[in-house]
Amino acid sequence: MVEHLQADGEEPCVTLDAFLEQSNATAVRLESDEDARALIPFLDRLKLIEVAFPKFRDGRGYSSGRILREAGFTGELRAQGDVLVDQIGYLKRCGFDSFASEKDLNPADVEAAWSRWPEHYQGAADGAVPIWKLRHG
Amino acid sequence: MYKYDEYDQQMVDARVAEFADQVKRRLAGEITEDQFKPLRLMNGLYLQLHAYMLRVAVPYGTLDSRQMRMLAHIARKYDRDYGHFTTRQNIQYNWIKLEDAPAILADLASVEMHAIQTSGNCIRNISSDQWAGAAADELTDPRPWAELLRQWSSFHPEFSYLPRKFKIAVIAAEEDRAAMRLHDIGIQIVEKDGGHGAAFYVGGGMGRTPMIAPLIKDFVPLDDLLSYTEACLRVYNRYGRRDNIYKARIKILIHELGVDEYRRQVEDEFAHVKSLGIDPPKAEFDRIAAQFAMQPLDASAPDVIDRTDPDFAVWVDQNVAAHKVSGHAIVNISLKPLGGIPGDASSAQIDLMADLAERYSHDELRVTHAQNIVLPHVRKADLFPIWQALDAADLATPNLDLISDIIACPGLDYCSLANARSIPVAQKIAQRFADPLRQRDLGELKLKISGCINACGHHHAGHIGILGVDRKGTENYQLLLGGSGAEDVSLGTITGPGFDEDGIVDAIERVTDKYLSERTDGERFVDTYRRVGMAPFKEAIYG
Ligand code: HEM
Ligand code: SF4
Repeated sequence: MVEHLQADGEEPCVTLDAFLEQSNATAVRLESDEDARALIPFLDRLKLIEVAFPKFRDGRGYSSGRILREAGFTGELRAQGDVLVDQIGYLKRCGFDSFASEKDLNPADVEAAWSRWPEHYQGAADGAVPIWKLRHG
Repeated sequence: MYKYDEYDQQMVDARVAEFADQVKRRLAGEITEDQFKPLRLMNGLYLQLHAYMLRVAVPYGTLDSRQMRMLAHIARKYDRDYGHFTTRQNIQYNWIKLEDAPAILADLASVEMHAIQTSGNCIRNISSDQWAGAAADELTDPRPWAELLRQWSSFHPEFSYLPRKFKIAVIAAEEDRAAMRLHDIGIQIVEKDGGHGAAFYVGGGMGRTPMIAPLIKDFVPLDDLLSYTEACLRVYNRYGRRDNIYKARIKILIHELGVDEYRRQVEDEFAHVKSLGIDPPKAEFDRIAAQFAMQPLDASAPDVIDRTDPDFAVWVDQNVAAHKVSGHAIVNISLKPLGGIPGDASSAQIDLMADLAERYSHDELRVTHAQNIVLPHVRKADLFPIWQALDAADLATPNLDLISDIIACPGLDYCSLANARSIPVAQKIAQRFADPLRQRDLGELKLKISGCINACGHHHAGHIGILGVDRKGTENYQLLLGGSGAEDVSLGTITGPGFDEDGIVDAIERVTDKYLSERTDGERFVDTYRRVGMAPFKEAIYG
């Protein structure tokens, strides 16, 4: 699993407003109070969507992530901000595949936290087979 | 009763390992209290005034004797030999040491129990009718649906950082014994054209802005239950207020959007969510339901009760309810002995109730939101020995739904948010109305006390409610009349200026005296109040 932070030379994200005003940017940043569905018409030309988590308690980004994946977004979905070890599992399940935490995350802790949960009760955006399906084949 | 399979056990075991690791890091000083707080809260561990409090989930209030004995064991080994049953059908321990918490969770996991999601801004323990599976008036047993929701909501990746905590209740009878419409989502399984579906009431709650949940949809097909719930929550997670903790519950969102607009958004979201395939097949429901199905009870069991002992007869009349199978009964064990602390039980009492359940009640017990315990499936012929055993353990107080069957929150004796004490007020009221004849004459009278505006003691929903407030640094109590958490749901109204601790007891006596002089035949207190209104009561209280 990869924790890529902002890579050198990567195109910077534009704001949602800037993007919607006719930008041809391929990377956009979504604040936690912005509507992920506004991006749905443009998903195939986006390479990166960065979703803001200004405080770990602000869970709106989990819905944004799932909505984007449910709409077929296949590019990089990044959680940025107050992202803690114990949230990474939930974020992954909501479709996030990269993490730009303001905290210093220890990769070993992240891996341990994630691998503790072999199965999941419910379907989400990570393609995991829910437990009810495992039960019934 | 539902039994864990390997998957359920694996989830709980993983959680125990995770928390043991987190506590270890905390005790070693690797993480700060600030970082640790959200982690411990996810495991039901609160810091109270004097010690840690651990809240253990009792899903939909159902447990077996083995689990009940484990609750006694924890009280004995890790606490001060007692536990406190709560209005959310859970149990709390008030004197827990942080270093013991992982061992307690491991003990719980060994009997298929946990403290997952008993606090934090997530979907909390699902509550239900304490007479589920036994009540004469139920359409079906609501607990399989509650269990389906329990699994779906456990570690839900999208809904673990909601704007605020989220409480769901499921019932399946017309009589509402779970305060269903005072939950964030209240689900009632209903019948239409011979099929079952779910009525969704969304946006109820207590706290400082009490609201009764409006009907959002009258009939959700049961195949869509999880999708529909998910849609209700997604709209809330996205648009619920996060700027002010007092406005963050879903009731405020629905109030601000309006019921029709909220419903429209849920319907739109549902149309999408339904396409994601998140609803388990019928086979999964059937797997769960089969475990709640019991051996058929013997309907030819004797139906007569020997009422020779007068104390026993009083208890039968007050605390025993009709079972759906003839020759059987539902026993309600009062945790409200005269002068006791509402909802508290000693480990010896918990063990005794477990023994009785194993011997007489098909190994099942229930916790009620009124902080009592139920033996749901008892033969009428066994009532007398059960009563004798309960009586010897101070568990046979015949006061179910009477004025001394008080719901009270922990209040200032334990709670760091409290304005006033709740427990001593409950004790004084119970003393004042100690005469059992007087209580029975007053009839059904639900009295509920909260030590502050957060309303953990359901004071808005009391026929008589008491709210502790802080008045210039002294404890003061406001009086409310006319609330109900049942199918005749309503919110109480404040009578006027508050009282001190003795004054509130006097005021209640004036209110009940007024009721006795005003009531017509068969009227309960709350019926009289609704008929005559506040004015005569106000007059009686304040002159
Ligand atoms: C002593 C520690 C406790 C603390 C710090 C505490 C805190 C709170 C707070 C802050 C609220 C208001 C939440 C809101 O309106 O958003 C609340 C509500 C509530 N609590 Fe507690 N509580 C405690 C104990 C209890 C106990 C022991 C019970 C059960 C007997 C309980 C049951 C409830 C219920 C039923 C509500 C109302 C839910 C609603 O507003 O719909 N709490 N609590
Ligand atoms: S109502 Fe207030 S005083 Fe009572 S337990 Fe809740 S927060 Fe504490």
